[in-house]
Order: sequence, then structure tokens, then C-alpha cells
Amino acid sequence: MRVPLRWLSEYVDLVLEPEELARRLTTAGVEVGEIITAGDWQNIVVGEVVKLDKHPNADRLTLPTVDIGGGERRQVVCGAPNIAVGQKIAYAAVGARLLDGHSGDAMVLRKAKIRGVESQGMVCSEKELGLGEAHEGILVLSPEAPVGAPLSEVLGDTVFDFDLTPNRPDLFSIIGIAREVAALTGQKVRDPSIQYEEKGPAVKGRAKVTVADPDLCPRYVGALIEGLKIGPSPDWMQERLTAAGLRPINNIVDITNYVMLEMGQPLHAFDYDRLAEHHIIVRRAEAGEKMELIDGSKHTFTNEMLLITDADRSVAVAGVMGGFDSEVTEDTTAVLLEAANFNGPNIRRTSNALKVRTDASTRFEKGLSQHLPPVAAARAIKLMVDHAGGKAATGVLDKNPGKAKEGRVTVTMERIVRVLGIELSTKRIREILTALGFGARWMPPDRFVVRVPYWRTDVSIADDVIEEIARIEGYDQLPTSQLRGQIPELVPQPRRDLRERVRDALVDAGMQEIITYSLTDLESLRKVLPKEELAAAPPLRVSNPLSRQWEYARTTLRHALLDTLASNLRGDQSLISLFEMARVYLPREDDLPNEVEMAFGVVSGREPDRWGRPTGEPANFYAAKSRLDHVFAALRITADYREATASAYLPGRTAEVFVGGVRVGLIGEVHPRVVESFDIGREVAMFEVDLDALLPHVSEIVHFQPVSAYPAVEEDLAIVVAKDVAAGRALELIRASKLVASASVFDVYSGDPIAAGKKSLAFAISYQAEGKTLSDADVAKERRRIVERLQRELGAELRA
Amino acid sequence: MAPDTDIQQLEASALEGLDAASDIAALEEWRVAYLGRKGRLTGLLRGLASLSIEERRTVGRAANELKDRLEEAHEARRHAVEEARVEQVIVGERRDVTLPGPPLPRGRLHPITQTMRDIVASLSGMGFQVAEGPEIEWDRYNFEALRIPQDHPARDMWDTLWIDYEKDGRRPMLMRTHTSPNQIRVMEQREPPIRIIVPGKCYRFEATDATHEWMLTQVEGLAVDEGISLTDLKGTLAEFARQMFGRDRKVGFRCDYFPFVEPGMECRIDCFHCRGDGCRTCHQSGWIEILGAGMVHPEILANAGYDPERYTGFAFGMGVERIAMLRYGVDDIRHFYSNDLRFLRQF
Ligand SMILES: [Zn+2]
Repeated sequence: MRVPLRWLSEYVDLVLEPEELARRLTTAGVEVGEIITAGDWQNIVVGEVVKLDKHPNADRLTLPTVDIGGGERRQVVCGAPNIAVGQKIAYAAVGARLLDGHSGDAMVLRKAKIRGVESQGMVCSEKELGLGEAHEGILVLSPEAPVGAPLSEVLGDTVFDFDLTPNRPDLFSIIGIAREVAALTGQKVRDPSIQYEEKGPAVKGRAKVTVADPDLCPRYVGALIEGLKIGPSPDWMQERLTAAGLRPINNIVDITNYVMLEMGQPLHAFDYDRLAEHHIIVRRAEAGEKMELIDGSKHTFTNEMLLITDADRSVAVAGVMGGFDSEVTEDTTAVLLEAANFNGPNIRRTSNALKVRTDASTRFEKGLSQHLPPVAAARAIKLMVDHAGGKAATGVLDKNPGKAKEGRVTVTMERIVRVLGIELSTKRIREILTALGFGARWMPPDRFVVRVPYWRTDVSIADDVIEEIARIEGYDQLPTSQLRGQIPELVPQPRRDLRERVRDALVDAGMQEIITYSLTDLESLRKVLPKEELAAAPPLRVSNPLSRQWEYARTTLRHALLDTLASNLRGDQSLISLFEMARVYLPREDDLPNEVEMAFGVVSGREPDRWGRPTGEPANFYAAKSRLDHVFAALRITADYREATASAYLPGRTAEVFVGGVRVGLIGEVHPRVVESFDIGREVAMFEVDLDALLPHVSEIVHFQPVSAYPAVEEDLAIVVAKDVAAGRALELIRASKLVASASVFDVYSGDPIAAGKKSLAFAISYQAEGKTLSDADVAKERRRIVERLQRELGAELRA
Repeated sequence: MAPDTDIQQLEASALEGLDAASDIAALEEWRVAYLGRKGRLTGLLRGLASLSIEERRTVGRAANELKDRLEEAHEARRHAVEEARVEQVIVGERRDVTLPGPPLPRGRLHPITQTMRDIVASLSGMGFQVAEGPEIEWDRYNFEALRIPQDHPARDMWDTLWIDYEKDGRRPMLMRTHTSPNQIRVMEQREPPIRIIVPGKCYRFEATDATHEWMLTQVEGLAVDEGISLTDLKGTLAEFARQMFGRDRKVGFRCDYFPFVEPGMECRIDCFHCRGDGCRTCHQSGWIEILGAGMVHPEILANAGYDPERYTGFAFGMGVERIAMLRYGVDDIRHFYSNDLRFLRQF
């Protein structure tokens, strides 16, 4: 909403500088988004055309002589067809800063010869002055403009562009802003005049209004104005409309727009003679009904949309836009003026469905006051009488089937203290409320009865009134205090705690955290998930995606990690290890999706050497596993890895991860075909863990194990087994021994002298007993038992 | 051979050997050879068996004296060798202190996670507990229960990504546009006093530019109890802002509108650039907004089954990206989710 300060100052004295005023308004909740200074002109003054000669070398050009005050005259070259002797115009001297009339770029006016004649400055168009788009002719100023005065004094203005909140439809008007300014600066509002003479015959019998659907139209005021002469509206009105961002059209349309900006009530003028039977009917559309609107667009309506019709056909979409057929034209001599109140949500629904948003619909949808239409109608009638030669009919048609009561709210001092935390004097409260147009009656011993002014449709409870008091007083004027009282009982957040522990462990393992978008496209999911899975449980789709790229709620993060990896490859072999903690969204029938907390990681590139250069082994399955095991170690749990296959992973290099017998994740090298589809030219290992599945197996509490007082005996054991025997299986058998305190693999070897199809596994074993020092014989006996078990279960032989 | 001569010879050869031992390993070898359990001195003493008691006593004493002398000489020699070794290191085997150590893997948290943790830590210190909720929500929680009914103009404040799911001719499921719906979920389940924060991802139907992202991270705060007032809200937010942005920050409040609070406000800090004088960063206002807040609307308390005459509360919500941008001086919000490692590794 653009509010020119010259216009605003008609209703309230502006006693503050614009910047300070903007600051106060913003602080009070009426946000000035931008302060626009229109007309910061230098070297441009009001001139009068005193003589007009023909250009000797060009038919289209003229040579006006301009009186620029102080007895000075300048002859310029001019191409405007509308220039005439006696006009007051904007004269720019050499050196003035203007906009180029064609390109709109900023430029400095220089001395120039045009077709052989020197131009001493120029006469400006609207566009050259940055006032508007018009460039066909020069800007003609009001005849009262004083010759020689700087143009900025005559036309310059400051415009506040407000970012308003949707709860305050009353502020979508100059008068609404004036009320705020008055309350904040201790000034009085001057309401615009709504007095006019009713010189025409009674409206009754010559026009008729029927409201068929009062639930959607609680009030409808129709007024008849005849004897109109359509033409341009007065200069001052055009200037104000232009400054507020509207384009002047003709006096009738301009007046309806002017009053809408002034008072916030959208109005519509129908050509009276084109209304069949001069009858306005407000009714719901029949499903499938069609109409062409003023802007030339054609629409089909549903039976939830409200139309304005005459006896024969529809003439407007209520509260949104008028129809083409009943529009005011040059030949119009009488109008039926509509000032109505419509149901906000309904207007909003209609305007959204038709995709037509107008100054009218954006006001109506916020819920305007039912008391506003007669006031705004009177104001418009007065302007039509004064500026369009109109003759007002006697009386207006006022259908008010939904009569709203005047709002009254009781506000106790106790409530004020409860909400604001401090006491304010009754004097100050009354002062603030009165300045805002509220009535405040003190009811001893402890309360105000507050009458809400009709335009404040947003105020209905005590706390609304309390906000009014607080915002005008200024939130910054209130003291601060700290929360007291009881701190609520702790509600454990194990899911969050686990997630943060895993996050820390992954960082600790040298991995970089990333955060990627939760939405993706089907193509990305197809690259990493099996077709059947996608078909069986299709991901949730967004019905209005911002882009095809972000259409589906992801059920995995595989693609996101691979995409991020791909985008960070810099053509070398540097090790990149990334992880992300995020939810996946698993659809459920007729319910919100199951949001599962996941951790995903990828590792790719070569391990660094002593100098940090990527010359080591390419990161493979084991690189991913060491990172994942680092996490499990941090959580003090042990995971089992069981060879498995999974889509996107390479068979033979993939495992399912089990904790406490439950499958919690996957790990493996990414299938070369998948790697290829993400344009990653190197091997990638990946893991994924379902934290929700892991959660029951994680304990925050560590149970202390006594440290054995007896020494351990360390021994190595090497066996030869078939190649496909998993080392983990052998370890399990070794660890099954009671005397084995710990055991780990330290070498895997195949090749000479080990027979083909076999491999050697070497284990470091630590023997220890709880109650005694083990003798050499004890250890030898236990070793024998272990070797026997390995032979029996795995066909292992002791390596010589 | 006379035992005396034996001892003298042993001493001579031992001392000679000791002189020749020039490192710790050789010294240890020498010790074992002469002073060990099976060493030459022990051997010599074992040979005493054939002597008379008188001779044995004399030679034994001499041998023990020799043992003491050799041990002393060994200790002195060992000391000298160690000194020489250290001297050798100091003089000839210096470390180039400017060379790097072998690389250790370095992981980092995403800057949004870091900022989120700081925010949560600050508010936890004031007694707020984390309570998380779903990212895909019902319209009922995201809007309706927050006093934003169907066709309410305030819905324009949260452009919404809707899930393609219809029920009774409506689309009731959406990507949550803010973390506020979890206020309602928590109030449905708990009784006052309540002091929670809701961190999490939110989504908007919004074109991206330098200051707008369609995916964003929010932290919502809610406190409900007897006797909570606007001054408490101001105090809590001012303390929070100073913990996040520095103790010398000026904190200001202006009126603002959110359907679920009354009165509503926006919390601001003085502009980093101009310190309040007005510049381009702060749109000449001198202030930079950091969050929205207000007193919980009594209707929302009543809907949760709380007595709005007895209980009052406040709520606030902030964008973590915005806080991170202000703290780190990041000029474009799109950096956060483009995940360029050259960006991420700076934090
Ligand atoms: Zn600034």
C-alpha cells in the first residue's frame, strides 16, 4: 500500500520528519517497508510556454519559448504534440538529471543542437521525470503552479510503501494510516467531507437492489448519480492516484479508486442505462455460468461464487472485478454506484479459484466493516457531484440484512497487568484508546468498557485492546523480567539424544555433515531404489511443487549423498566423506507418513599419505565400515555385518548391519552402474542406519565391569580355511571360549604357500581368567579346545 | 690361577668392554655378560667352592667390591652414553618444526546444525526442553488450531506446499510451514507449566533468492504457566539475543501480527553495520529483525483445555538460517543447502 505524504497530510498534520514518522509507525506494527522520495529533481523548474514557433527543418518539432521566472526566457526544441502556449510545464536546464524518454536510463541533460537548432534545455514528459510511463506528450502542470519554482516544491513527494498485516484491513486506506499517525503523534484526524446535495429525484422506483444471498453479502448500498460528464478527473486527483501507484482512467473510475484508497472501501460504478430493469441482484452463480470481465478475461463460475447481476445477466464478480458489459464508457451519463460488504473468506476463495486478485478482492478478503459502505458511498457521490457534473438522486438503496452490532469489550486492570506485566495509569490508557478512536469508559473500581470503532474489525477481546495500549505506548517502554516459577519436569528425548550422539561420532570419524532438500524427483529415487519398492510404496507427492526437481518426499537419502558427492568432485582423488542426518517419509494409508530418522554416509577417494596427498588405497567397503564402527563404538554397542544384497549396492561387497539381532542398516560399495548414473568417476562406499530401529539397543548408562586382577596371556593363532569362510565366524568361535578376554583379526593372507582356494587368518588372542593367574598348561589346553572347535565347525587347519 | 689375579683380569676386561659399549643395547649386553645371573662375575664366585673358608671370605669380599665398582662404572657409562645420545639428537637430528604432522581426518558439523545447537543450548539454560514434531503435518495443526482457518488472508503469510492427498474434497496434509503446530501437539498432551522449544525443518512454497529458501529450519519456543507476562517474554528474548549475538547488543521490540499470539511482536537487534544509525543492510531502520513472538492467544489456551484466565504464555519462532547468516556474515541463504564443501569447511 503506497501512501503519498502530501495526500496523507490532508487528514492529519505531519509533525515529524518522514524517517522518524516511518520509524514510529513501524514500531507500532504499521510497517513502512520503503520510503520512496519521488521528485528529487535538480535544475528543473516550473516554466510557462509564452511563444511557440515552427522548427525550420522539421515538421514534427516546435520551438517553444519558456518563461522560467526572474525575467529569463529559454528557447527549446520540443517534439510533443500536446504543447501549447499558456501551459505550465516542467523545464529542465542543461545539467539536470533525467531519465531517457525511450530507454528509461538515467542521464544528464547536455547542450544539443536538434536538426540544426540549439535547444536551451528541454520540456519534460512524465517518463523523463520518473513520474510515470507516459512519454507521448509533455507533462502539463496545474495552472496555479508558480513560474520559476523548483519542480520538487510543486510535484515532489515522499511516499511510504507499507507492508501491512492481514488483520488490519482498515489500514489499507489513507485515512486508516492517518488515524495511526494521529494516535502516535498526538494530532487530530480531519475526516474528508461526505456532504452533498441530493438534487435528483428519489432513487426508489428508479433502481432496485435485491440481495438473494445475505450470508455472502451482509450489506449493499446502491446510489444513483445522473447527469455525468465523463472526462479526465481533476489534476490533483490524477496526481494522487499516480503517486499511489494507480493509473488515472476517467473521472468516474478515478473517483471510485480514489475513495477506495482514501477510505479502504472498494466501490464499483455500473453504467445505469446498461443495467436491465435497473435492477441489481446479488446472488450465487449457477454452476457453469460464464462472464467476460473488464480486463477481457473470461471465466466460468461455481455455485459457491457470488455474482452481481441485473435482471438479465451477470454484471460483476462480487468484490473481485466488474463485467465488460456494464463498464462505464465515454457515453455513460448515469451510474449506479455499489458500496457493499462481502464475506471475506468467500471472496478470497473466489479470487484464488479464478486467479484474479484485485485491489478490491485483497481488501474484501480481510473482512471490512459493514458500517463503511454508506460512508464511502457518500464520499464518492460528493466527488462525482463536485468533479463529474453529477446530480445525486435523493436517498440511497441500503440493504443491510446482516446488521453487525457495535463492538464492546470489557478490559480489567487485572488483565492488563496479567498480560503486560506492568500497571499503566487509567489516564494513559484512556488517552491511547481515545486517540485511536476507541471509546473508553471507566467503570470503578477496576475496569474499562471499551467501545470499538467500526473500522477496527480486528478487535474483539480484551487482549486485542491490551495490544493497542502496548503498541502505542511502545513495547520498548515496557520493562523486562525473567521467567520465574517452576521449571517443568524433564521429558526425556532419547530419539534426539541418539541422533546428536551419532552426529558427533560421525564428525569425530572425520566426516563432513551436509543438509540436503527433503523433496526430490522420481528420477533420482529410481536410480537408487528398486522399481518394485517404488511401485509398492510410492513416495508422497507434493501437489504444487516449486519445480519437478522437488516433487516427492524422499524415502531414502542415497541419491542426495551421491549428488552432493558428485557436485564436490574437483578432478583429483581427495578423500571426501560426507554424512547427513535426516528423516525419510514412509507413506501410510490415510495418515501422516512414518518419519524415520536416518543417518547416511558416503566415502570416496584415496586415503591421504603422511603429507595429506591422496595417494593411499581407494576408500572401499572397509573405509565405510571403519566409520560406521566408530559410531557403534561411541554408542558402546557391537554390530554384526552379514553379507547381503541391496539395490544400488554392489553384490559381494554389501552387508546388512544388525544390532541386538535387529537389522538397523546397510553398508557397501555403491554399484558401478549407480555411480555412473550420478556422474561420479570413482568408487564410492556408502552406509545407512535407521536410528529408530537402533534406538531400543542403545543405552545411555554404562555398566561397570571389574578389571581382572590377574594377568592376561597374549598369543597369536593362525589357521587356514576355505576362502569363503568369514573371519567373523572364526572370531565368534574363538570368543565363545570363557578364557578368551578378547580376540581380533590381524592378518588375512592367500597365495603361496597357502593352497589355492584357501586363505590364512591370523588372530591375536588374549586369555584371562577371573579368579586366578593362568598357567602355560591352562592356556595350552584352552588353545587346543579352540583349534578343535575351529576344525570341527569351519574345517580349519592350524597353520604350520 | 690365583683368585686375586682372576679378579684383576676380570676387572680389566670388564672396564675395557664397558668403554667399547657405545649405545644402550651394547651396554645391556655388557651388563648381562658381566653382572647377569649367568655372567662372568657370578661364574667367578661359583669357582670359589674349591677354596678354603678363609680364602673364600677374602676373595668373596673382593668380588663383591668389584661388583659394586662395575655397577657404578656401568651406571656412569650408561649416563654418558645417554647424554651423548641426547646431544646427538639435539645437534644432528632436529625436527623441522614447520613441517606438518601426518593428517588426521577432520569432520565438521553443518553451520545450521552448529547454530541450532547454540540456540538450543542458550534456551535450555533458561529451562526450555526440546520437543520435536512431524515435518509433514495436518492442516488442522499447521493452520486451523493456530487460528488460521480455511480462506483466512493470514494464510498468505505461509505459502504452502500441499501433499497430493485428498479427503472429503480437501487437501488436509501439507509440508509444515512453521514449527508452531508442535505447540498445539504439546499442549494437547501436557499440563502447565510448559517450557519447550521445537527445532526442525519447515517448508514454504517460495521462490528462492538471496534471502529466501523453500526449505528452512526453525526453532519455536513456548512457555505457559501462571503469571507469565509480556515483560517475561521481552526478558527471555533479550537474554537470548545477547547470548547469541553478544552482550553489548541493543535489543528492541516492535508490534507485529501472528494469528496465534496477542499481543504480537517482532524482536530486533541493532544493525551490525551501522549500530543503529540506518544503512542499506537494515533498510535504514537501524534494526535487524531476528524473530517473531507474542503472548499466546487466549483462544489457543482455551482450546488446549487450559483456563485462559489462570494461565498465560508466550511463544516465539525464529529462522535458524537467518540467525546463522547474521552471525557468520553469510550473504546468500542458498549457500546452506547447496553443500559446497568450500563453503561448509569454513565453519
Ligand atoms: Zn544498518
